[in-house]
Amino acid sequence: MAVAAKKPQVTTTDAVRARLRGSKVDVKGIVFEALLLLALLLSLAILVSLLVEVVSGGAGVLRERGMDFLTGNLSVVTALTAGIGQGIYGSLMLILIVAVVAFPLGIGAAIYLEEYAPDTRFTRFVNVNIRNLAGVPSIVYGLLGLSIFVQMLGSVTGGKTLLTGGLTLAVLVLPIVIITSAEALRAVPSSIREAGFGVGATQWQVIRSHVLPSAAPGILTGTVLSIARALGETAPLLVVGAVTGFLATGGANFIEQLQGKFTSLPTIIYRWSTLPNASFREQLTPAAIIVLLAVTLLANATAIILRNRYERKW
Amino acid sequence: MAVKQIELGGLRGNPGRRRTERVVKSLFLAAAATSVVISALIVLSLAGKAFAFISSVEVARLFSPAGWFPRRGSYDIPTIVAGTFVIAGIAMLVATPLGLGAAVYLSEYAKPRLRRALKPILEILAGIPSVVLGFFAITFISPEVVQRFAESATFFNMAAAGIAVGILVTPIVASVSEDALRAVPAALREASYGMGARKRTTTIRVVFPAAVSGIIAALIVGLSRAVGETMIVAIAAGSTGGSSFTLNPLEPGQTMTAAMTALAIGSDQVKGAELTFESLYFVGMLLFLMTLLLNVAGERFVRRVRERY
Repeated sequence: MAVAAKKPQVTTTDAVRARLRGSKVDVKGIVFEALLLLALLLSLAILVSLLVEVVSGGAGVLRERGMDFLTGNLSVVTALTAGIGQGIYGSLMLILIVAVVAFPLGIGAAIYLEEYAPDTRFTRFVNVNIRNLAGVPSIVYGLLGLSIFVQMLGSVTGGKTLLTGGLTLAVLVLPIVIITSAEALRAVPSSIREAGFGVGATQWQVIRSHVLPSAAPGILTGTVLSIARALGETAPLLVVGAVTGFLATGGANFIEQLQGKFTSLPTIIYRWSTLPNASFREQLTPAAIIVLLAVTLLANATAIILRNRYERKW
Repeated sequence: MAVKQIELGGLRGNPGRRRTERVVKSLFLAAAATSVVISALIVLSLAGKAFAFISSVEVARLFSPAGWFPRRGSYDIPTIVAGTFVIAGIAMLVATPLGLGAAVYLSEYAKPRLRRALKPILEILAGIPSVVLGFFAITFISPEVVQRFAESATFFNMAAAGIAVGILVTPIVASVSEDALRAVPAALREASYGMGARKRTTTIRVVFPAAVSGIIAALIVGLSRAVGETMIVAIAAGSTGGSSFTLNPLEPGQTMTAAMTALAIGSDQVKGAELTFESLYFVGMLLFLMTLLLNVAGERFVRRVRERY
């Protein structure tokens, strides 16, 4: 009969495998694996529901007002005209300051620690110190900014200003830049350096023309990651006095802007999400979050792709 | 014929070149020293004002039954420490099973292709700014999850904030413990299979114990992040002005970080009691010491993994 013909053939291998496994199906094993997979899928489900929640709440505002919302001025009173233009501009300026201050300092520190520093007690202390700095809660960096940049260096920064915010974020991401750059430098094999020394190059020449180019993708990944981190930071900016209500921007020049009041995208999101006015909380906040998520996730994705693409086995 | 004498000094290269080397090296040294200066500045800037606070406040006010109301001069430390640990505890209840489960699956069960596809999910989750998760806590977790299962819950409650912090901490726990699991040598697994053990038995009895110090480190690092998390708590846990002592996760509560945010935002608008502003630094110092302790402990455990294999 046709049904009998479809019966699968039992091969020797199958028979041996079944024999070895024992007669029972490993139910507990399957349940265990399913539970593990469930943990992972639950994380995925959370991510999806977060995105759905944000997009369904905010897409309307972005669709209807579009550029008007993206360029509009900060307000906590009139939801119809409030926009995030100043927030986007503020965040970009903060990132600029972070890049100018933290990248040279961080990469320089990593070069010293990996290439120059002798393995002394002091070097080990500095390394431990940097790892601990990376674990300090971000709001504590806000307090540092408040007492150092606002109060002690107030004559330079102008108090609670864009420059203060940028410097605070720069200090906050510095350990991340140092740690990732140091890892990238450590991954460059010593034979590359020895080849350079062998033909008479000085240490700086070896670093500049051989070590740094080989480590560049890793260092770049670290800097992009730290930009993503700085973009999303809110608490330290609130502590050093980011404006969340109304911000007047006139025709100030660059220096005046640096020493002027500032706001940023994440601090606007915080303020709007805590307003009693429902149209701010339920429409404008998710719309602003879409923009913030788009930028931070793009930066993170760039870092992940960079890392996977240029990951090199020596 | 004049034979050119070679002097030892000549082998050291020209002075200009050596000068460049020295300058470059000292520039890099200065950069590295900056990080030490920054940590010194953190401690100094906190310690000075924290000491000013602790030396002039009456001790009774630090343990006041009224709770944490800094503008009224009532600085009950147990209130904000309890709030911090209720929320961090809930966060770890969420992050431990999710993070460890995901890590074990990715490291032991997932085929390489599936792993490459699934791992970015965790990395994307790790990149979401905490202010976004705070918004998610009040628009989704509180009304759709917490209030559905516990009708007595207020809109702002510590449970919703704790779950959101847990979501934030999950990818950290997952990635640190996955590293620990993958560092377990394949020979251990093969020996176990050779004895006839099943995959589940091998995972639970052999791989997990071998990686246990790394997994504990992952949990400690996660706890440290949960204790220091600010924005989610400031948005979703309620009690911006202050709070009385509570351990009930269905009520609003105050953590150390949220208390600091409230103090810092209000500092230029409302003047409270005379020491209100200084209390900000005292709480900051307390938070700094707590997370430092956790991080140092985590570091210890990580080093133990490295030494063994």
